[in-house]
Amino acid sequence: MASVFGSTLKRREDPRLITGNGQYSEDIQLPGMLYASVLRSPHAHARIVNINTDAAKALEGVVAVYTGKDLEGKIGTVPTAWLPPDSNIQTPPHEVLAVNKVRYVGDGVALVVAENRYVARDAVDLIQVTYAPLPAVAEQEQAIADGAPILHDGVENNVAFHWQAGNATDDVFENAEVIVKQRFRQQRLIPNPMEPRAATAQYNPATGEMTLWATSQNPHIHRFLLSGILGIPENKLRIVSVDVGGGFGAKIACYPDEAMVAYAARDLKRPVKWVEDRRENFLVTSHGRDMVLDVEFAGTKDGDFTAIRVKNIANMGAYLSTAGPGVPTILFGLIVPGAYKIPYAAVDVYGVFTNTTPTDAYRGAGRPEATYLLERMVDLFAAEIGKDPVEVRRRNLIQSHEFPYNTAMGLEYDSGNYEVALDKALAMVGYEELRQKQQELRSQGRHLGIGVTTYVEICGLGPSQVAGAVGFQGGLWESATVRVHPTGKVTVFTGASPHGQGEETTFAQIVSQRLGVPFEDIEVVHGDTNRIAMGWGTYGSRTTPVGGNAIAVAVDKVLEKAKKIAAHMLEVSEEDVRFEDGKYSVEGAPTRSVTIQEVTLQAYLAWNLPQGVEPALEGTAFYDPVNFVYPFGTHICVVEVDEETGDIDLVKYVAVDDCGRVINPMVAEGQVHGGIVQGIGQALWEGAVYDEQAQLLTGTFMDYAMPKARFFKEFETAFTETPAPQNPLGVKGIGETGTIASTPTVVNAVMDALRPFGVKDINMPLTPERVWNAIEKGRQEA
Amino acid sequence: MISSTFEYERVSTVAEAIERLQAAGGEAKLLAGGHSLLPMMKLRLASPGKLIDISAVQELHGIVREPDGLVVGALTTHAHVASSPMVREYLPALAQAASKVGDLQVRNRGTLGGNLSHADMASDLPAVALAYEAEVYVVTMDGEETLQAEEFFLGPLLTAMPENSVMRSVKFRTPPSGSKSVYEKVPHPASGYAVVGIAAVVAVNEDNVVTHARIGITGAADVAYRARGVEDALIGKAFTEEAIQSAAVYASDDGMIAGDLYASEAYRRQLCKVHTARALRKLLAQ
Repeated sequence: MASVFGSTLKRREDPRLITGNGQYSEDIQLPGMLYASVLRSPHAHARIVNINTDAAKALEGVVAVYTGKDLEGKIGTVPTAWLPPDSNIQTPPHEVLAVNKVRYVGDGVALVVAENRYVARDAVDLIQVTYAPLPAVAEQEQAIADGAPILHDGVENNVAFHWQAGNATDDVFENAEVIVKQRFRQQRLIPNPMEPRAATAQYNPATGEMTLWATSQNPHIHRFLLSGILGIPENKLRIVSVDVGGGFGAKIACYPDEAMVAYAARDLKRPVKWVEDRRENFLVTSHGRDMVLDVEFAGTKDGDFTAIRVKNIANMGAYLSTAGPGVPTILFGLIVPGAYKIPYAAVDVYGVFTNTTPTDAYRGAGRPEATYLLERMVDLFAAEIGKDPVEVRRRNLIQSHEFPYNTAMGLEYDSGNYEVALDKALAMVGYEELRQKQQELRSQGRHLGIGVTTYVEICGLGPSQVAGAVGFQGGLWESATVRVHPTGKVTVFTGASPHGQGEETTFAQIVSQRLGVPFEDIEVVHGDTNRIAMGWGTYGSRTTPVGGNAIAVAVDKVLEKAKKIAAHMLEVSEEDVRFEDGKYSVEGAPTRSVTIQEVTLQAYLAWNLPQGVEPALEGTAFYDPVNFVYPFGTHICVVEVDEETGDIDLVKYVAVDDCGRVINPMVAEGQVHGGIVQGIGQALWEGAVYDEQAQLLTGTFMDYAMPKARFFKEFETAFTETPAPQNPLGVKGIGETGTIASTPTVVNAVMDALRPFGVKDINMPLTPERVWNAIEKGRQEA
Repeated sequence: MISSTFEYERVSTVAEAIERLQAAGGEAKLLAGGHSLLPMMKLRLASPGKLIDISAVQELHGIVREPDGLVVGALTTHAHVASSPMVREYLPALAQAASKVGDLQVRNRGTLGGNLSHADMASDLPAVALAYEAEVYVVTMDGEETLQAEEFFLGPLLTAMPENSVMRSVKFRTPPSGSKSVYEKVPHPASGYAVVGIAAVVAVNEDNVVTHARIGITGAADVAYRARGVEDALIGKAFTEEAIQSAAVYASDDGMIAGDLYASEAYRRQLCKVHTARALRKLLAQ
C-alpha cells in the first residue's frame, strides 16, 4: 500500500464547505426559536445612571429584555483561566452585562430577545441608557501613569499583573562589548475570522439539559467554564462546534454573549440564537498583540550574542480574557532567546487594564511578538558590528548535535537542524547574487532590501504538569478514541477541535497508515462534548502534535488487542504474528493471514475470542506529551521600496519550515501560506487605532486593512524534515510558524532597503506614509 | 448588520420615480445598485423611511455614442463601462477607472449614476468626469437640467442634484483627436477607494507641443478637483520629462487637501505630485 501518511490528499472537509453544506452555529434552525441582540456601550468608560427598557419591551415581537441588574445573582461572572504564578494577578469581576459601570466601547449593557432578529435589533435602539461618562484611557503606558483613570476598584495604576522570568543582570550588560537598545511597538490586531461568533441555545426543561451550538476552538473548555457561569452541571451541558469559520485565537475565550444566550433560553424555555455582526466582532471579540517592548541586547564585537533583556508593557484591555494573561508572559517570555545560544535572558512583564477590547491569543500568541523583537535586534546588532545578518545568525544558531538544548529560559528544545533550513532558504532565494544585485540597484537609486529570520517556535501545548506550573487552569493532554466498527469502518473521536485547519483529513491519514484501513473508511468526529469524552481543543499548534499523537496511541491500543485475536484466529502465538498494511500474517508463512477487518468482525461476534479478551474493538488514549515541540525554519523576503512614495513591493518570499514529519504536504503548505499572509498583514497593513476617548477608529473593513490575495505574489515554500524525537508520530506544529516568522522577515527586509537613509526602525504597520516619512527624515539628517 | 425598517417600492419609469420621491417628502432614497446606500443603512448611518428601486427603469441603461462624446446611462454598471469597446477606444481613462472601482461583485452591481450621485470624496469616477469635462443630465419635477461636472460635486457626499430629481445619464466628452488619457490610482488597502486617483488627458500637436490638458484628481481633497495649475503648466510646452516634472509640483494646489487616519495632508500632497507625474509619463510613453 502506498504511504498515506506524507501524501498530498485533498481536504475532505472542503466539498461540504464550498457547496454550502457546512454546519455552522448560525445554520441551526429550531422550532420556536427566538433571536437575541445586545445593546453595547458607546462609551469607553462611564457610570450607568439609569436604564429604561419600557419602549423596547413595548415593541411588538419583543419577548424579553435583560439588564445587568436583572441578572445579578442569577448568573456568574466570566472567569480568567490563565493565572501566571507569582504575578500578583488581579481578576476583578467581569460581569456578563455591566451593572454599574461600562469599561470599553462594546461592553454589554442589555440583552433583547425577540421573535425575529430584525425586531431584536430595532428594540436595542429603543433602550434608553443614561450614562455619566468618565475619563478613559486606551494606551497602556498612559494607563499606568499617575493620575490615569482607574478601571477597577482596588487595582492600583491599572496593573493587572507583574511577571518576571529569566536572569540577565546589570553587570552582564555593563561588561558587554556591544549593546543595542531598541523600543518596539507591537500594534494591536483584530483577528477577524471569516465567521463571526454565534450561539444557539436550547434548553430541555424535562431533563434539565442545555445544548449550546457555539463557535469554539475548545468546546470542552467552554463547557467547563460555562458550567460554572450558568450553574448547569457538566453532565447536563452540551457544547457543539462542528464547523467553525476560523478562529485564530479569538474563539478560545469564554465571552459573556454565549452565556447570556444560554441563560435566556433556559429562562424563556425557548431556543435562542445570537449571531455577532461584523461591527460587534471588531468591538467585542478578543484582539491580539498590543505590547510596548523595550529591549536590550548584548554581544561581542566578533558577533557572539551574550544577553537579552526585555521589558514588556502589555495592554490587556478592560478585563482579563480567558487565556489573555498567558500570552505576554509564558507564551512570550519563554521563547525570547529564540534559535540562538544566548547565555542570559530575562523578561519583565506588566499586564495593564485599559478601556479597550480585551486581548487574548491571536495566531502565534506571544511567540510572534518575542520572535519579532529578537529577529529585529539581531539585525540591529549585525549592523552595529558591521557584519552580514546571515553570518551573525549562523554563528549563534544552536547546532544540531547540541539537542536536546537547555535554554536560558529553562526550556529544553527537542531537536533541530537549523543550518540546513537556513542553507536551503539561502539557496532558494539566491542570497549572494541578491546582495550583489542590491549594490548595483543602490547605485541606480533603487532600494532593494533582503530580510532574514531564523526562528524557533514553542508549540504543541503541552505537558499538563507544565500547564499547571505556569498557571494554566486546565490540562493540556488530549483524548482520542478510535472505534473500529464490525464492518471495519472506523470512527475517530478527537478532543482537538479543528476549525479550518484540515485535520479531518490529516487525522484520517494517521489512522489509515497505522491501522491499515482505507482512508475513505475513516470518519473523524470532533467538536461535540456529548460525543467526545473530554478534550482541550485547538490552539497553540497543538492539534497534530498532541491530538494527532493521542490518535496514534489509541490506534496502537486497538492493534494490541487485534493482534491477540489475530493470533488466536491463525492458531499461532502472538510473537509469530506480523502486522503490515492492515494484514496479520504468520511469520515465515505469509499466505496464512487475516485482515484487520476480519479480525474486527470476530472481535464483535465474540464467538471464539482468546481467553481474557473482551469483545469489540476500540482504543482510547489520554495522551499527555512529555515536552513541547519546537518547529523551526528560515524565512527570507526581498522587497523593493519606492523612495518617492514609500510603497513596498514584495518581490520574493521564501519559507523553509521544519515541522518534523509532514502528514499532508498540501495541508501543511496551506498553513504556511495563511500564516505568512497574516504575519505580513501585521507588518504592512493591519493595526487597531483608538482615539483619545478610547473609541475604536478602525472598526470596519473600510478602515482596518486585512491582507488580500492581490497584495501578494507567489510564496516559495519548502520543508526540511527533522522528526520530533519525543512523540510517536515525530510531528511538530505548523499552524503558527508563518505568522511568527514572516512579520520580522518583512520588516527586516524593509529596514535593509532603507539602510542608505540611516533608518533603524519604523512602527508597524509599515504604511507607505511611515516609510516615506522615515526616508525624508533620513535625508534631512544626512 | 441590519438596517432599520424601511418601505420598498419598485418603479419602471423616471417620471414615476420623481413622483414617488415627491410624495415621500424627503423621506425616500433612490436605490440603484445598492453598493453605496445599503452599507450605510446597515451601519445605520442612513435610515431612509423608503427606498424607491429604479433598477428596472430601462431608459437609464446603456451607452450611446454622440459626435462629441459618449452618453452613459445612469444605471450602467461599472463592469459594463469597463468592458465597453466604445469606452475603451474613446475614453480609456473611464474604462480604467471603472475597472478599478471596488471589487468584481461591486462592479457587477454598482452603477455609474449611483457612484456619482453618492459623491464619495475618494470615489474614482469624479476624477474622470472632470478630466473628460462631463455633463450630467438630470430629470427634475420641472423638466431636464444639465450640470457641468465641475459644478456637480460640491463636497463629501454632497452634489448639486436638485431635490426630487433622477440622474438620467452622463456625457463624457471625447477629447480632441490625438489625445491620450489614463487613470492612475493608489487604492486604500482596506476600502479600495482612492487615496489619490488621477485622471489625465493630454493632446499634443505635430511639434509635440501640448494643446490640451485636463487633470482630474480624486481622493486627495474634500471633493474631486481639476488640477488647473498642472494643466496651465503643460499647455503650450513641449511634452517632455522636464515639462512633466515642473508641472506635477502644482498637483495639489487646486484642492483642499485633507488628511485622514491612513494618509496625512502632507503625504497626500506628495502622492498627488508623484502620481500626476507618473500618469503623465505613461502618456508620454504611449
